[in-house]
Amino acid sequence: MSADVRLDSVWISFGDFVAARDVNLHIQSGEFFTILGPSGCGKTTLLRAVSGFLTPSQGTVLIGGENMAGIGPNRRPTALIFQNLALFPLMTIWENITFSLEVKGVGKAERRKRADELLELIAMSDQGDKMVAELSGGQKQRVAIARALCAQPQVLLLDEPLSALDLKLRQHMRTELRAIQQQVGITFIYITHDQGEALTMSDNVAVMREGVVEQVSDGTTIYDEPGTSFVASFVGENNRFAGTVSSISDGYASVKTPEGVIEARCSKNPQSSIKIGDDVFVFVRPESLRFVNGQNMENQFQACVYHEEFEGNLWQVFLDIGTTRKRVKMSYVNDGTLKVHGNQPNVSVGFSRDTAIALSEGPLAAE
Amino acid sequence: MNITKFWREFFHKNGAAVALFMLIAVGVWLFMMIILPQAFMLDFSIRANVPPPKFGTEEHYYTIEHYKYMIFGSALSTDSFNVIDLTVFFRTIAAAAFVTLIDVALCYPIAYYLAQVSTGGWSRLMVLSLIVPFWINEILRAFAFKIIFGSTGVINNFLVAVGIVDQPYDFIRNDVALWAGLSYAFILLMIFPIYNAIESLDKNQIEAARDLGSPWWRIHWRIVVPHAKPGISSGCTMVFMLTAGALAAPQILGGPSSLWFTQIIYQGFNQAGNWARGSAYAIILLVACVAFVLVMMKVFKVKFGEMMK
Repeated sequence: MSADVRLDSVWISFGDFVAARDVNLHIQSGEFFTILGPSGCGKTTLLRAVSGFLTPSQGTVLIGGENMAGIGPNRRPTALIFQNLALFPLMTIWENITFSLEVKGVGKAERRKRADELLELIAMSDQGDKMVAELSGGQKQRVAIARALCAQPQVLLLDEPLSALDLKLRQHMRTELRAIQQQVGITFIYITHDQGEALTMSDNVAVMREGVVEQVSDGTTIYDEPGTSFVASFVGENNRFAGTVSSISDGYASVKTPEGVIEARCSKNPQSSIKIGDDVFVFVRPESLRFVNGQNMENQFQACVYHEEFEGNLWQVFLDIGTTRKRVKMSYVNDGTLKVHGNQPNVSVGFSRDTAIALSEGPLAAE
Repeated sequence: MNITKFWREFFHKNGAAVALFMLIAVGVWLFMMIILPQAFMLDFSIRANVPPPKFGTEEHYYTIEHYKYMIFGSALSTDSFNVIDLTVFFRTIAAAAFVTLIDVALCYPIAYYLAQVSTGGWSRLMVLSLIVPFWINEILRAFAFKIIFGSTGVINNFLVAVGIVDQPYDFIRNDVALWAGLSYAFILLMIFPIYNAIESLDKNQIEAARDLGSPWWRIHWRIVVPHAKPGISSGCTMVFMLTAGALAAPQILGGPSSLWFTQIIYQGFNQAGNWARGSAYAIILLVACVAFVLVMMKVFKVKFGEMMK
C-alpha cells in the first residue's frame, strides 16, 4: 500500500527562526521524491513534520488524503530511516527488523518468519542472529531499510541515510535503494545534500533554500532548466556571467556583460522571468563550452588556458576569457583525440545560446 | 598482559614521581583503610570475648561461638534459634531491598527526565536542587524527617486539616518515616549512575522506536532500560549496601519495635561490650550483602565490567 503526501502552506518556526516558509508539495503515491538542499535549509525539519516528530506552526500535512494533525509518529503510516540509522544495539538483527511487529504483539515464530523474508530481500539471509555491532556499514544500512519496511509503511522517509558510507558503497546503495523502492512500490521521501544522489534516484526533486522550496521537477529539468539562480548555482557546476538584458526576441535574451554580449535562453520560470533592463545571471555548464573549430556558435570568446586537470574520462580546462580575464571552467570528454596542454595564450572558446540560460538575479549557493 | 611489562609501561607513561605517588596512595588506601580493619574485624569475630588486657593470652582462643550465637542464640535460651537477631537480620535485608526498589522507581524517571528531556539551564537547576539538600548533615536530615513525619508534623497537620484522616497517622511506628528517610539518604547515588547511563543513549533510538509504533512504556522496557541497566545495577548496589549498613537513620527514624541489624552490631560494640559478637555480626552482614548483590547480578545478567563504565 502506498500513499501520497501533501504539504499545504506549511510553515515551521523555532522562535524567530523560520525553518520552513510556506511549503507546498504534492508527492505522488509510489514516487521516489528527493528534497535536495544545502545543510541548514530546512529539509530535515520538513521530514520531521511528515514523520510527526514536530508539528508545523501553520499549514497541514496530509498522508493519503488524511490530515495528520494531532497524530503522533507511532500512529502515522510512515517509517523514518535516520541519518545515523539508530539501529538498536542491544537487540539481534532479526529483533531489530521486526520491532514494529513486536509492538503489535505478533508472536515470535511469525516475527522470525517475517524477518527471514526481509533478510532475503536485503540479501542478508542467515545473518538474523548477529548483533548490530558485527555488521559492516552497508549491512547496517540494509538492516535499517528492512526494519522500516517491516512496519509496512505507506511512505518511507529517509534522512541522508547514505552520508556515512564511503563513495563506492554509496554509489552501490543508490542503485539498491532505487531497486528496493521499485520492488515494494511505496512512496519514498529522500533527504540529501548530495545532488548526485538526488539526480540518480529520484522521480522528482525539490530544491530547498533557507526554508523555501525553489523548484520541484524531475532531475533532468532541474539540471537543464534551473528555475532560479540558486538552483542553477547549487545543482551541478555552472559558469556564471552577470549582466543586463538589452533585448529579447523569440525566447532568447541578449545580455550585456563585461565580457561582451551573451545570447541565452530566457527562463521559463515565472519566478525568475526577465524583461529588458533587468539585471540577470547567465549560466552555462562547463560541458557546454567548446573550443571553436569552425562551427558557428552565438557566443565566442578569445581565451587563455591557465590550468588543466585530467580526470581520466574528462579534461577539466580552466580558462581566462575576454579582456576581463574572467575565469571559466570547461569540461571535455576525453575521447582520445584531444590533447590540451596548459598555458595556451590564444584559443577560441564558445557555447551555443541554447545551452545558456538567463535567470533573474537572485541568491546563489555558497561556493 | 605481562606483569613486568605492565609496570614498566605504567612508570613510563606517568613518570617516576607520579607513578610512585599513585602506587603508595592506592597501597595505603587499600591496606590501611580496607584490608587491615576488615582483617582485624575478622580476627575478633573468631575469638573469645575477653577484655583488652587479656588479648593474646590463652583465654583469647579461636572459636566460632559468635556465629553460632547469631543462629542458635544463647545456650540458656529455650528457643532452638536466635529468633530476635535472625528476624532483625532478614528484615533489614528485605527492608534494604525494598528501599532500593523505591529509589529505582523514584530515580529512573528523574534521571530520564534530566538526561533526555530537559535542556540547559533548567536541567542544571534541577541537578543543583537535588544536590543542595545533601550539604546538610545526614543526622540533621534524619531529624528533619522525624519532625515532618511526627504526629504534629507538617504532613499529619495537613492530612488532618484536609480531612483525609481523623487521627494523626503514626508514620514513625509504621516505619514510613524510616523508609522515606533511608530512600532519601542515598538517592543521589541512584540518580547519577542512571543519569550517566541514560545520557549516553542516542535520542534517535527513542525516536526510531516511537516511529516504529512503540508506545512509551515499551520504549522504556526495550530501549532505555536495557541501555541503562549497568547504571541501574551500580546504583542499586550502592544504595542497597549503604542502606543495609545505615545506622543514623534507623536510630533516629526507626519505630520502637523496628530494630535495624546495624543497631545490634552497634550494641555489641558500644553497649554490651562484646566486640567479638559485634565483629561476627558485621562480617555476617558484609558477606550477606555481597552475596545478595552477586545473586541479583546473576539474576539480571549484569556483568561487573559494564557497571564500571
